[in-house]
Amino acid sequence: MSEMKKIKNLKEFSTSADRFEGANLLCPGCAHSIIVREVLNATNDDLILSASTGCLEVCTAVYPYTSWDASWIHIGFENGSTAVAGAETMYKALKKKGRLKQPERNPKFVSFAGDGASYDIGFQWISGCMERGHNIMHIVLDNEVYANTGGQRSSSTPIGSSATTSPEGRRSYGEKRNKKDMISIMASHHIPYAAQVAPNKWKDLVKKIQHGFSVDGPVFINAVSPCTTEWKFDPKDTMHLADLATDSLVFPLYEIIDGHELNITYRPKDLVPVEEYLAAQGRFKHLFKDEYKYLIKEWQERVDANWAYLNRREEARV
Amino acid sequence: MANKGWDEFEIGAMLRTFNGKIDDIVGTHQENRAYSENSSFVASVADWRINKPVFNKDFCIDCQFCWVYCPDVSIISRDKKMIGVDMDHCKGCGVCVEVCPTNPKSLLMFPEKADEETELAAWPAKNEEKK
Repeated sequence: MSEMKKIKNLKEFSTSADRFEGANLLCPGCAHSIIVREVLNATNDDLILSASTGCLEVCTAVYPYTSWDASWIHIGFENGSTAVAGAETMYKALKKKGRLKQPERNPKFVSFAGDGASYDIGFQWISGCMERGHNIMHIVLDNEVYANTGGQRSSSTPIGSSATTSPEGRRSYGEKRNKKDMISIMASHHIPYAAQVAPNKWKDLVKKIQHGFSVDGPVFINAVSPCTTEWKFDPKDTMHLADLATDSLVFPLYEIIDGHELNITYRPKDLVPVEEYLAAQGRFKHLFKDEYKYLIKEWQERVDANWAYLNRREEARV
Repeated sequence: MANKGWDEFEIGAMLRTFNGKIDDIVGTHQENRAYSENSSFVASVADWRINKPVFNKDFCIDCQFCWVYCPDVSIISRDKKMIGVDMDHCKGCGVCVEVCPTNPKSLLMFPEKADEETELAAWPAKNEEKK
């Protein structure tokens, strides 16, 4: 195991040389690239990356340009995780046979995917990777919608959100089904590490990524990624939205070790009502009409229940 | 790069980011890398901007919030110091201004055509009401 990069504070972190380049075509204020930069800068090791189809893939690999300064592959919508798992298997085999030119280097295998490519389309592939125990990390950039193709709902879209395939209108308040609890599903594969991260808590994110790199086996990371285009807020407010998401506990930050040891890693000092989180986004605008006000109350109850559930799990270690 | 038609792409195209080989990529900052014509680093998105950030180093405390939260790798920080904004890659989103904690802010957004010198001279004073 190679030595982990030491990052004590932000000043030290800022000496990192980025391996992700600008002039990609992501929207101004997109949180995807913030998360990618924090992940890539968390390690000094070589990286073997993949991206499943999604905003990140189409915007960073527009022929003839690439925005990645590391080995990077894209195949299809669903198989970003298996592409990296294949590379990892090959690496292991070559190492065993002694055919690696630089066996002392310890590359890290990371697959990036959006929530569409993880929660829906790539679900079986990721599940397979987790089950087979590849030494890879799968990172979901969770913006709760198929943002790349025009804002269709995914199984990550939360109740009440207006997406193009579940629009709000006279007869509907938008998406009617609740979000899939992907982290629990993945933790149930008894993988060594699963966690939820947010770009605004960079230290927590880096710590979790480094933990993920240090364990032997598959790692699942769910990163909340506020989408200025589909969540409908001003690009400059990206970090404000991420703050609201974590401080209202809509996206609680926690980790699950070995599928049972749950730790809450961030407890907000000043709790923000969920209403404030919803009010900051255009996709929830209709919930503030009189006939849908009850949904906001339900939102708060659901978030509170989930927080209580996480606390119980942390205590019980199950 | 010669322009290619849609049916002239190689199947399984491979792009090399650098001319030649860089052994220690994490120890080599952007200015010392030999980018090839295929890296998006050589491209520019400056024409996306409506507003541009202007950096006033007099008030900067080098907290590096702008560096870590910049989506476009456009805040140039070297040796723990913030040096400036990379205007070829900045898309003018304004995240850096929002996360700047100083009072007054050391980064502010101005219209793309604004003159930097004039704006720096007329920088807002400290806001006493704000905590």
